[in-house]
Amino acid sequence: MDATAFEDKTVTPLSGPMHAARRHDSAHKHVAGSADYIDDMPEPAGTLHAALGMTDRAHAEILSMDFSDVEKAPGVVCVLTARDMPHSNDISPSHLDDEPVLADGLVQFHGQPAFVVIAETRDQARRAARLAKIDYRDLPHIIDPADAIEKGGTLVTKPLTLKRGEAETALDHAPRQLRGRMRIGGQEHFYLEGHIAFAIPGEDDDVTVWSSTQHPSEVQHMVSHVLDVPSHAVTVQVRRMGGGFGGKETQGNQFAVLAAVAAKKLNRPVKFRPDRDEDMCATGKRHDFLVDYQVGFDDEGHILAVKANYAARCGFSSDLSGPVTDRALFHADNAYFYPHVLLTSQPLKTNTVSNTAYRGFGGPQGMVGGERMIEEVAYALGLDPLQVRKRNFYGEPGSGRDLTPYHQEVEDNIIARLVDELERDADYQARRAAILDFNAKSRVIKKGIALTPVKFGISFTMTAFNQAGALVHVYQDGSIHLNHGGTEMGQGLYTKVAQVIADCFQVDLERVKITATTTGKVPNTSATAASSGSDLNGMAAFDAARQIKERLIAFAAERWQTTPDAIRFVANHVEIGEERVSFPDLVKQAYFARVHLSAAGFYKTPKIHWNRETGRGMPFYYFAYGASCSEVSIDTLTGEYLVERVDVLHDVGRSLNPAIDIGQVEGAFVQGMGWLTTEELWWDDKGRLRTHAPSTYKIPLASDRPKIFNVKLADWSENRQPTIGRSKAVGEPPFMLPISVLEALSMAVASVADYRECPRLDAPATPERVLMAVERLKRG
Amino acid sequence: MTSDTGTIRFILNDRSVALDDVGATTTLLDHLRLARRLTGTKEGCAEGDCGACTVLVGRLAGDELVYEGVNACIRFVGSLHATHVVTVEHLAAKDGALHPVQQAMVDYHGSQCGFCTPGFVMSLYGLWLSKDRPGRADIEKALQGNLCRCTGYEPIVRAAEAVAEARPDAVFDPILAMRARVKTELKAMKTGATIAVGEGRRLVVPGTVEALAEVLDSHPQATIVAGSTDVGLWVTKQMREIAPVVFINGLDALQTIEETPEGVTLGAGVSYSAAYPLLSRLYPAFGRLIDRIGGDQVRNMGTIGGNVANGSPIGDTPPALIALGATLTLRSKKGSRSLPLQNFFIQYGRQDRQPGEFVESLFIPALAPDAHFSVYKISKRRDEDISALCGAFHLRLDADGKVKTLSIAFGGMAGTPKRASQTEAAMIGRLWTEETVALGQAALAKDFQPLTDWRASAAYRNLAAANLLTRFYLETRGEGCELTRFEGAA
Ligand SMILES: Cc1cc2nc3c(=O)[nH]c(=O)nc-3n(C[C@@H](O)[C@@H](O)[C@H](O)COP(=O)(O)OP(=O)(O)OC[C@H]3O[C@@H](n4cnc5c(N)ncnc54)[C@H](O)[C@@H]3O)c2cc1C
Ligand code: FES
Ligand code: FES
Repeated sequence: MDATAFEDKTVTPLSGPMHAARRHDSAHKHVAGSADYIDDMPEPAGTLHAALGMTDRAHAEILSMDFSDVEKAPGVVCVLTARDMPHSNDISPSHLDDEPVLADGLVQFHGQPAFVVIAETRDQARRAARLAKIDYRDLPHIIDPADAIEKGGTLVTKPLTLKRGEAETALDHAPRQLRGRMRIGGQEHFYLEGHIAFAIPGEDDDVTVWSSTQHPSEVQHMVSHVLDVPSHAVTVQVRRMGGGFGGKETQGNQFAVLAAVAAKKLNRPVKFRPDRDEDMCATGKRHDFLVDYQVGFDDEGHILAVKANYAARCGFSSDLSGPVTDRALFHADNAYFYPHVLLTSQPLKTNTVSNTAYRGFGGPQGMVGGERMIEEVAYALGLDPLQVRKRNFYGEPGSGRDLTPYHQEVEDNIIARLVDELERDADYQARRAAILDFNAKSRVIKKGIALTPVKFGISFTMTAFNQAGALVHVYQDGSIHLNHGGTEMGQGLYTKVAQVIADCFQVDLERVKITATTTGKVPNTSATAASSGSDLNGMAAFDAARQIKERLIAFAAERWQTTPDAIRFVANHVEIGEERVSFPDLVKQAYFARVHLSAAGFYKTPKIHWNRETGRGMPFYYFAYGASCSEVSIDTLTGEYLVERVDVLHDVGRSLNPAIDIGQVEGAFVQGMGWLTTEELWWDDKGRLRTHAPSTYKIPLASDRPKIFNVKLADWSENRQPTIGRSKAVGEPPFMLPISVLEALSMAVASVADYRECPRLDAPATPERVLMAVERLKRG
Repeated sequence: MTSDTGTIRFILNDRSVALDDVGATTTLLDHLRLARRLTGTKEGCAEGDCGACTVLVGRLAGDELVYEGVNACIRFVGSLHATHVVTVEHLAAKDGALHPVQQAMVDYHGSQCGFCTPGFVMSLYGLWLSKDRPGRADIEKALQGNLCRCTGYEPIVRAAEAVAEARPDAVFDPILAMRARVKTELKAMKTGATIAVGEGRRLVVPGTVEALAEVLDSHPQATIVAGSTDVGLWVTKQMREIAPVVFINGLDALQTIEETPEGVTLGAGVSYSAAYPLLSRLYPAFGRLIDRIGGDQVRNMGTIGGNVANGSPIGDTPPALIALGATLTLRSKKGSRSLPLQNFFIQYGRQDRQPGEFVESLFIPALAPDAHFSVYKISKRRDEDISALCGAFHLRLDADGKVKTLSIAFGGMAGTPKRASQTEAAMIGRLWTEETVALGQAALAKDFQPLTDWRASAAYRNLAAANLLTRFYLETRGEGCELTRFEGAA
């Protein structure tokens, strides 16, 4: 694809209205190294540095901690432990009081921080942190979810049941039935910028914390809670993150809190930037799942009933595991109607780091389980899995096949059209036939192809989170200051929201200054998560701009003695009847006429509601859809593989910015592919995570991306709900597109036994798992 | 010998730098970010794996000025004497106009969060300087050492393809513009004097091989640092105290590459990148292996001598070198001695290197015209990953099609890189057939009892090792079946 594919095709004299393909607002700074991340900010004189003191037991009582060597080490200023938390040692985001800032007497996972060293330099702090002597009394530990189930299945939070119809009876009466178990691995976020917090003490109780967080308001609350100061004393800011992916929704709290505690205690600025390996050991990841499923179906592959249990490795505390495991259940149906269904979650406690949000938030694991059931049915009947998929798609509203397991109607279903278009564009049928032919002849290399759909629900399932605020100032020179509660982590949110403002005033994008997210400007924000960033903040910013615009219109109507409908904002100007004044001119005049040129905007998502007790409601405002077709080759001697070609057709409604949206789809695809292929979290028998660095944990490289990679947005799609510009969320949904890679690998494996058996390839499908599955099938 | 000095000199972007109290293990990345406040270069991992810290280092190779991408996070400042360090800040013109490589990254949406971007820009810039119209394979190879979690790489590759149109001679380029000055200055810095910094010579840059032998004789406990792609991590991750440190990367006498009809002699300080052209011509499979060691940055810094001296059971070159029958030459103040490489590896963590000795060179015999030589690396991720196992196979058949000589070595299957002697014995003298291969496979268990770890289970290692024999067999039969991403490349 060449650059022109991204150029703005709408005829407009403006540089960046809504729907235009604009580059990321910081792109020119990214490439020059002049985009500042928190670690790049100049440090005030006297800045101190923190380092984590980590434990080396998976589960143990701490009998004693001896810091004498630490304190004697060069540059050390102090050591902080749980006892030094002024008010509370808890930062549980679920408010279950189960997440200590620092381990207090009990170690619950290997590497759990038990103390913090503050020193003059980071190097000194890190070196000193290794000198502590900790005595433990070992306790038995549970690492694996299957083991956790066997040993009683302690939960970290309340499980969820989704039920419609009578799944058990329907299973009994189904002409065919099967059952199986699938393991789905977790995933490290591997944001390129690790966690960081930088706290600068102020007067009274004040403290300002720069935090690499997707959720400044929560950091603010946690800091104020631990310090026991009012929220108004704590300001949390972030201009940009070097990636987040959910890993900075709650996981930044500990670093921010500890930096703030130290800064207030010592009255000096404190920076806390853990090393990559420490970051990977001490912060949560995507949940691993163990899915046990039973499917009842008929000879044509129509699913009649589904019963499944989704058990998750949650780690030692609840964190976000409740909503994550809920979302897994919400997506166990993916795009398929289950006439009878019973889904349960099992959020298991384990002695591992507490797992957390990660792009898709459980949805991907739910969907992978759902797609495995489809695959099983297809292999059991000797059908092309795509055929089985199509037979089970949700129907049109009113078809009687439009109700989800949580009793929400699917009103905006476009999956059949998307899949048909992709099947045609990717030439699926002919390629599948050619692959079957190839496999029959090739001895070592085998190929596979799969086409899988995605339907992903958009909204926080916690209804209260679906609100947002924004602040817009128009200055006398006509320049515009934009602030909102969303955070920028690379997804282009700032750019998109600025486009909304530029569009609203019909001015060039350059006129809009995007400013760092801060709790001081927009309060009580939600995490920038659940793909909701532009839906929520775009609308809130639009609301603020609209208010100012209305005031400007009222002013102009009065000044020029005309009616509001005679006033139009066009191309950096305002037309008032026949007259045309530049935007800055009008603003200047409005200022002198004492018009208020600042506004706070607000938005809350309409319609949605959810009752977790009954498992019923409308948790999602709308659904985003997509489909992908992947072709792979595997080496049946070693299990190595290549992704040969991928075609994607994805639905973002009316794209706010096609360049950014295509970037999100491509990026999510490769990230999701990594999750399902080479990214493996591996714990040893002591409960130590041994893949805690990029040397051992392998995310995709440029040479892993599909050799041919065609990504298209469904340009005909529009959100049926009145979202900003009729766009749809894009952060998470495309993450699930690469399920087609996993399934294509599975087909290639299945070829060694003539496709008679579902290979039951677990994720991640490392070369080892692929080879072992080949061997299993060969042996029969 | 010229007398000692105590100053490390190099050029940083457009400024000459002279440091006389630099830490023995201060990294270039810390120096840039903390001492110079050049914060465009990022730390993503501090272990050479992510490329966010990529900078170019220019050095004199003979009369040529060569610029190579390196990982600033594991490159020590002490190793920079007589080099030109170029960071991302140096690329744009004085008026702020972006370099074509930077502009292409903007135009093609090659950045999202932007944290990896300076590193990608530097890698692409290095490629742009060194390669006319690179193809996709070249671009992917140049990016093997750079991780991006946001973009999925597609737009970055598009940017790289687009910028290939704008050639260095046609546009203003900050490095080309100052070439003459840099050459002159670097030449002046290369005095051949030994540099010793700090009390008790904690940091030594010997000016000659003799001086190196001398230093090691008086400081046998010193750490030799060549490319620091292993040693760097001891410092950034394990926080080991390794001083005194002796940097040998600037010693031209260890950088020699000599080709004779009998074979190749590589100086211990030859980097993977420098060895690549010759090795890939003479032993094509070895070239394909090097393509999969680390990324460009690691290959530019890391040496084969270091890979051998490090003694790791999962180092990639020892199996190939052992199968080829390589000889290692060690040197000390007392003199030199040579031994077959396979004898160098005694057991896990122990090599046959005496105090005061350093690796001077490696000799690799030429391949007989009828020899089959292959080496296969198996890793979770295709590129820039450490082997789960690595198998090297070197076969000659006699006129009857029987196995005349066979040498097989594996990495990742034991505590050291190791010959598969029992396997070889089971096959030598027999007809080269699938049945013979099966006999060899059956014997593998006598040679190896591998471990289970995070890279692979013992079962996988055993199975894959046996299957690699099949792969080798098929390849000798003209039925090569290794998956390749690009025609003609591994
Ligand atoms: C990101 C990354 C990826 C990597 N990928 C691979 C891979 O795919 N395959 C692989 O095999 N390796 C890999 N490595 C490790 C590899 O780069 C090193 O083993 C390298 O070859 C060592 O060479 P060096 O010059 O960097 O050695 P250094 O790190 O400088 O030294 C390594 C050891 O050898 C000693 N030493 C060095 N030179 C001499 C000498 N002349 N005489 C005596 N002792 C000496 C040192 O004292 C030290 O003990 C990787 C490393 C990194 C950081
Ligand atoms: S910081 Fe990751 S390679 Fe240097
Ligand atoms: S742009 Fe975020 S890691 Fe590359």
